[in-house]
Formats: sequence, C-alpha cells, structure tokens
Amino acid sequence: MGRGLLIWLTMAVLLSTRVVLAVDTTQLANPALQTRYLALTHELRCMQCQNQTIADSPVGLASDMRREVREMLLAGKSDDDVRNFMVARYGEFILFRPRFSARTAWLWLAPGVLLLIGLLVAVRVVRQRSALVGQDNEPVEEDSPPT
Amino acid sequence: MLPELGHFALILALLLAALQAFFGIAGPALQRDRWMAAVTPAVAGQFVMIATSVGCLISSFVSNEFSVKYIAENSNSALPLFYRVTAMWGAHEGSLLLWIFLLSCWTVAVSIGAARLPPRFSARVLGVLGLVSFGFLLFTLATSNPFLRIDPPPADGADLNPILQDPALAIHPPILYTGYVGFAVAFAFACAAMLEGRMDQVWARWTRPWTTAAWAFLTVGISLGSWWAYYELGWGGFWFWDPVENASFMPWLVGTALIHSLAVTDKRGLFKSWTLLLAILAFSLSLLGTFLVRSGVLVSVHSFAADPRRGIFILAFLIVMIGGALGLYAWRAPRLRSQAGFELGSRESFLLFNNILLVIAAATVFAGTLAPLIADSLHLGTLSVGEPYFDPTFMVSTLPLLALVSLGIRASWKRGRLSDSARVLLTTLVIALMAGVILVFAIYSHGKVLSVVGGTLGAWIILSSLVDPVQRLRRGLSLSRSVLGMTVAHVGLGLFVISLTTVESFTVERDVALAPGQRATVGTYEFRFDGVRPIEGPNYNGVEGTVLVMQHGEPVTRLYPQKRQYWVQRSGTTEAAIEMHNGSNVFIALGDELGAGKWSVRFQIRPLVNFVWLGAFIMALGGALAGTDRRYRAAALPATQPAVATAPGEAAG
Amino acid sequence: MNRFLLPLGAFALLVIVLAVGIKHSPEKGIIPSPLIGKAAPSFHLPVLNDSARTLSTSDLKGRWYVFNVWGTWCVSCREEHSFLLQIQKSGLIPVIGLDWKDDDDQAREWLAQLGNPYEVVAVDRDGRTAIDWGVYGAPETFLVNPQGIVVYKYVGPLTPDAWETEFLPRLPAHRAAKS
Repeated sequence: MGRGLLIWLTMAVLLSTRVVLAVDTTQLANPALQTRYLALTHELRCMQCQNQTIADSPVGLASDMRREVREMLLAGKSDDDVRNFMVARYGEFILFRPRFSARTAWLWLAPGVLLLIGLLVAVRVVRQRSALVGQDNEPVEEDSPPT
Repeated sequence: MLPELGHFALILALLLAALQAFFGIAGPALQRDRWMAAVTPAVAGQFVMIATSVGCLISSFVSNEFSVKYIAENSNSALPLFYRVTAMWGAHEGSLLLWIFLLSCWTVAVSIGAARLPPRFSARVLGVLGLVSFGFLLFTLATSNPFLRIDPPPADGADLNPILQDPALAIHPPILYTGYVGFAVAFAFACAAMLEGRMDQVWARWTRPWTTAAWAFLTVGISLGSWWAYYELGWGGFWFWDPVENASFMPWLVGTALIHSLAVTDKRGLFKSWTLLLAILAFSLSLLGTFLVRSGVLVSVHSFAADPRRGIFILAFLIVMIGGALGLYAWRAPRLRSQAGFELGSRESFLLFNNILLVIAAATVFAGTLAPLIADSLHLGTLSVGEPYFDPTFMVSTLPLLALVSLGIRASWKRGRLSDSARVLLTTLVIALMAGVILVFAIYSHGKVLSVVGGTLGAWIILSSLVDPVQRLRRGLSLSRSVLGMTVAHVGLGLFVISLTTVESFTVERDVALAPGQRATVGTYEFRFDGVRPIEGPNYNGVEGTVLVMQHGEPVTRLYPQKRQYWVQRSGTTEAAIEMHNGSNVFIALGDELGAGKWSVRFQIRPLVNFVWLGAFIMALGGALAGTDRRYRAAALPATQPAVATAPGEAAG
Repeated sequence: MNRFLLPLGAFALLVIVLAVGIKHSPEKGIIPSPLIGKAAPSFHLPVLNDSARTLSTSDLKGRWYVFNVWGTWCVSCREEHSFLLQIQKSGLIPVIGLDWKDDDDQAREWLAQLGNPYEVVAVDRDGRTAIDWGVYGAPETFLVNPQGIVVYKYVGPLTPDAWETEFLPRLPAHRAAKS
C-alpha cells in the first residue's frame, strides 16, 4: 500500500489524537428535537477522528454532518431516517451502537446467553456441593469469631 | 555514551533473564540444587541491569540527547524538566522499558518474600517470571529499541505530545503498569503449582497477598487514567469504553474474581482448578491488552503507533506463554478435585455467583472490544461498537452482581445461615431503598428507575458491609486487617456505585456561545463569561477565560479555563477549569473562538463525580489493608500441608 | 474429551482471529465504501474556473472517469498531484476534481502553480456532496463507469502502484491497453 498511505494514516492518527474540544452550541427551538439531535450526534461516529462522536469532534466534517442531522430533523425526518442516511454513505461503521441484525445478533445476545449459561453452571455446582455438606465435617476457621 | 551503556545493559538483562528462566524451571525439574541457587542472583543482576538501562534513558532525556531517535521524537529543549523525565515512558519503546522495569521490581519483591517458600516452588515461580521478562526484553531489543541513534541528529526534538504534559502522566502509567504487570506474579504462582503438580490451600495463602496488591495497584491506575481523561480531554467524560481502556478493565474484572476465588480456595480448598484458570486468565488479559494497544489491530484514540511486525512478535509471545499455561492447565487441572461441600446460602455460593458474574462482565467487554476484529476476520463487514453497546450490556451482569454483594457479605462459610441474617438484611435494604428514593426524588426531584436502583444498591452495600464490623467494635472486639480491608473495599464499592448513579442520572450539560458579559444558566448555577486574555507558558501560549460562577444570585467562585497551543507540535490542549462545590463538580471548558470576542463554552455540572474516583481509591485501600493481614506475614509457612486439607487421590509430589 | 482443554481451544480460535487482524491491519482506519456497485451520488455544483457553468453527475454519464476529492488545505493531496498530472497526460481517462470545502481563489492559484490535471473541477463549498459520496478524509479517488456506477474507491494519496493494481484492472481491456 506504500509510503503514501502510511503517511496519510499517520496524519489520521495524529489528527485523531488531537485533544481539541468541539463545543456544539446548536440549540434547536423545539426541545424534543433538541433532545433527539443531541442523542443522534452522540451516536454517530466522526469518520475522520474515528473514536469521537460527531458531537465531540472538532473537525469540519463533523460539523458538516451535524448540520445534516439538524436539517433532517427540522425537515421532519425520523431518527431512523437520519441513521439510514449516514449508513448509506459511510456504512454501518458510522453507528456507535451496532444495529441489531443477523450479523450483530451474536454480539447483542452474548451477555444474556452467557448469563443463562452462568445460571446453569451455578445451579449445577451448588447442587453438587450441597450434597457433599453432610459428609464434610471439617471445621471451618472463621475470619472472626461470631458476634 | 549513555545510550550505548543503556543498550548494553538491556542486552545483559536479556541474558540474565534467559538464565533465570532456565535455572528456575529446569533446576527443580532435574533436581539440581546448584541451578536453583543461581536463580536469585540472576534476579538481582537483571534488576541492576534494567535499572541501569532506565537510568541511562532518563538521563539522556534530561540532557537533551537528541541523537537518540526516541528522545528526538518525544522531547524538546523547551520541555520542562519534570516532563523530560516522564517523557521516558511517553511512547511505545519507553513504556515497554517501564513495563520491564516494573516486572523486575515485582520479581525482586517475590524473591525476597520467597525466602519463606519451599525452594523448588520459589525457583519455579521466579523461573516463569524470568520467561516473561525474557519475552519482553527480546521484543524490546528486536522491534522497539529506545536507544537507537538517528543520523544526522536533529537540532531539537519533536516535543512530547501536549496531552501527556501533565502531572498525571507521572503517576498513571507507572501505577497502572504496576498492577497490570503484577498479575504476572499470580500467573507465575499458578504455573509453578502446575509444574509441581500440587496446588492446595497453602498455595492459595501464598498467592493471595501478591494478587491483592496487584489488584489494588490496577484499581488505582485505572481510576487515575479515568480522572486524567476527565480533566484533560476537555469533554467532561471519564470513561469511553475505548479499546485501550477496556484492555486494562478486563484484567481488573478477572482479577477481582480471582481475589475472591482465592479466598475460597484458601479457606476451604474449593474452586482449585477454577482459581488456577483465573490466575492464568488475568495475566493473559494483561498480555492481550499489550498486544491490542501496540499492534495496530484496533483503532483507538490511545494506541501507540502501530506496526504489524510488532503485532506478529507479541502474538508469538502470547502463543508461547498463554498456550503453554493453558496446556499445563489441561494436563494438571483434572486431578484437582476436592470433596468439600457448601450450602446454597453460604459464602462459597455467593462467591461462586460473584465469579460467574464478573467473568460474564469481562466476557461482555471482551466481545465488544474485539467485535470489530472478529467481524473483520469472519468477513462480516465492519462492525462498530461503542458506549451505546457497552452501557446496557455491561449492566446485564453487574446489576445482579451488585445486588448479591450485600447478601454475600453476611453469609457464613459452608452453611450460610442466611435466615439468621434475614432481619438485618431486610432492615438495611429498606433503609437503602429509602435513601435511594430520597436521593432521586427529594434531592434531585427527577430520575429514572435505574437511578433509584443504583442508589439503593450502593447504599445497601455500604450498610450491609458496616453492620458486623460496627457491632464488633461496639463490643470492644478487634477487627482483623483482612476483615477491615474487606469492609473498606466494599464500602468503597458502594460509594462508587452511588456516585456513578448520580453522575449518570443527574449530570447537566450545556454548550453555549457567549460574548463577554453574557450569562448562561445551567442547572442551578448561573455563569457570567468575562472574556479571555492571552497567556504564556514554558513551551506554549494560549488564552485564559474568566467565568464568574453564581448560585441563587450569589457569586460562588471564579473559574479560569484555558486553551493552549504548544509551539513545537503545534497542537493544542483544552485545560478545563473544574471545581467542586457542594459535592458536585462544576466543569467549564472553552470551545472555539467565534469572532468578535465570542466563544463557545461547555458547562457541565456533575454531581458527586469525585466520589467515583474516591470510591475506587477506597476500594484499593481496602485491598491494601486486606493484603497485609498478619496471617500472610507469618514467619514460617508450613512447607507441607496437613493431610485433611488435600483431597483424596491428589498426588503428593 | 477433556473439558479442561476448552480454554486452550478457545485461545486457539482467538489466535486465529488476531492473526487475521494483523494481516488486515494496514487497512485499519480505512472504511470500505458502501457506494461500490451503486449509482454515483448525484450533484449539481458550480465549476471552479467558469462561474457561468455548473456540473452535474448526469453530465458525466456515458464514459469512464476518475473522481478525485481534494483541497488546498490538504497536505497529502500535494503528494498525489504529480501522479494525477501523469494520468491526465496519458489521456486514458478524464480526471474530474471535487474541490472540497476550499477557497476558490486559493484553489485556482494552486492549480495554476502546480498544474491542472482535472478536466473540470466542481466546487463543494458546504461539504454536502462530499458527505453524499461518503468522503471522510482527502484525498479520496473514485472510479466510475459509463453507466454511472461507482466501481472502486481509493483512500489516500493515489500512487502509481495503487493505480496499476486497483484502477487499471477494472477498466475494460481495450482502454487499459491504451495506457
């Protein structure tokens, strides 16, 4: 891919380690829209500084994208319309919250599934060990004598 | 001259590490006493060499030796002395040297403490530590040598990254790495046990203090990083689920499970193979974290300059260390069975649940962090995971965990007898619930269900932890350090949970464009922006704003947020002005100049946020107390354990 | 099967994932474009050197073209500039420029100084068109076919190597042979 790309990437990395604050002073007149605006801008990734949201990123691209979000909301589009607009142009990567789909199901369901497995393991172990309590007459040293 | 000396010292250290590893592992295996005796000198020698190397690098920084490439890239003659020293670990190569140095410190500590351990066992422990050190030294010398010269030498350096020019840099990486690296000790103890073919309660007792110490350091290290991000990054956030943050959080979660599991193994000889696995897992996650941060496979604000070659090397190292340990585990673990029993409501039960839930939490973070990588490898496209994923999924395992803490604290070993505690538990729960409701509705007058839940859980943990110790103290009885430590740690946890709840539920934030003299109202505060004035520092210039903070019409304080531009790197930092008032943090950061003296300003009121870090520090304090309990400092520990503590059928040698 | 082998097995899987990750890592930070295979986003923009003219996507239909996003503020764009001139000289395929969030006068001066490889330059002052094309960092270069479908996107300064390995093979044979 070459030196050029490496330089370009280095620039991207350097840019992304800049710690300049973006303060978005947008204030939409309608408070419901403002809430949705803030929520959406915190959900969309800045594609140039890829670990920041467009709400926080100081680069021009981010403020352009914020403007798009603003205009779409003022035009009456739904939150999903805004997301679809961005995804159509930049891919799923632009969303910080991966949308639930066949491809991401494993990720979203993982904690619940693990919890279920954990429950089964817990039940099994407790059952096994409770059965052993009767035969086990070893005294247990307390951390401190009972009060 | 000095850089070459440092380089040479590192090479010697590599040789000594190899000897340490060889004698430590082969000695006991082949029953060569003389080999085992050579281990401690190797440890000492390695420490001296590495310390020399570090000293050479630091003094080269101080004397502005820009013919050294690493120094040219990370320092500058205008850089204040303090930062010229801390710049040593400001980038990849130097931070690796810091890693190696801290590992050496731990090894020396273990070799001193090991005087009380059976010689074959301690030789094995030090041997494994030597192997880890060897791997890192080889990696450093082969791919990340901080002593390389550059020709022709530049007139001046490229300066340290401005966000790292902060006192927190002096302490966050060293403390974080101390914790991170410290889990190598537990790992070494586990490997030694597996090599011996014996693992029992006595082993657990040896391992506990080391693990608790590492855990405490890691807790403080992560909190410092979080606090630093909060005041330095200028957005008022303090946790971003960034891959590098997660890389240190995963070992912490598993480490927490480990210290609890060790308690069970120590007490009752149970969960032996599980504890072994956790000890391997904790350090493996540390190593994995090192890999993720330095190999370029993940995109992160934090990551060091990436290089696939380094990635390959670390991966090979991972395969040897982790693969080797897990192989040993598959070989030895099946024989570690115990016949002890416990009931449903017993402490063992609750610690079992604790472990399961903590591991699920770690697995959740793991899945989210590696998801982009996994999706990429399986050609599932580019996946993106951030806060909106982690926040809800993390709670799936941690909410039940927090609820169970209060119950578990009051459960006794083996038989539980929770019903005896039922009244106390119920009373404390009701008080906690009242506290939660008051917090949400009386103090803040609004909130979500989760706010009440969080507040209640935190308060319940605190109350439940305090009941027994307070009762004992009132009867004039003493508390052992381990009980005191446990209490303090859990109280810290409760504080952490309460403050996290208030921060997440009641933070008020507004970004406003203000001209000098204009006011803004945020929450119960009013702010008057009084313009900016130019400022200059040792290697930067910038502007400083003045903001008058008022509440109920009365002036409360004045804050001075800054925006700095560093000359050499030409990048800026935003120095937010933060002050605590009535338990909340008032946070003000300058945004951009909008022309005609107008500025965009971020205002943020975060209630109780300082207790997030304070709670974590208290947890670490509890750990430090518990880890230094008298029984770990007993003069002579038995080399052989009484028969009743081992399980029938277990190999005796 | 010894269940204690499970951790080792899981680790082996992880190693595979990480190894693949390393292999792909030079491409990290580069996002595959969802526009590939889809119609080039339509735009209707003023032209740099001619205030009376406008350029739209429909004007470009019917032939292969290279669509290059650049700006005078972009340091890496300078790197690829001489190579773009070479492409123009070869006459193989027209290079259409998109001047992204730039100053018109500076852009004109830049082209006058360094040479103008573009058949025509569309000016995107507010960045809307760039967003439509999924641009996130200049320079970026697209390859569009006569039906107006985006065939390929290259991120970063265009190099002769990338041109030969990625762009030329995608052109129909008789055109590539002309180069």
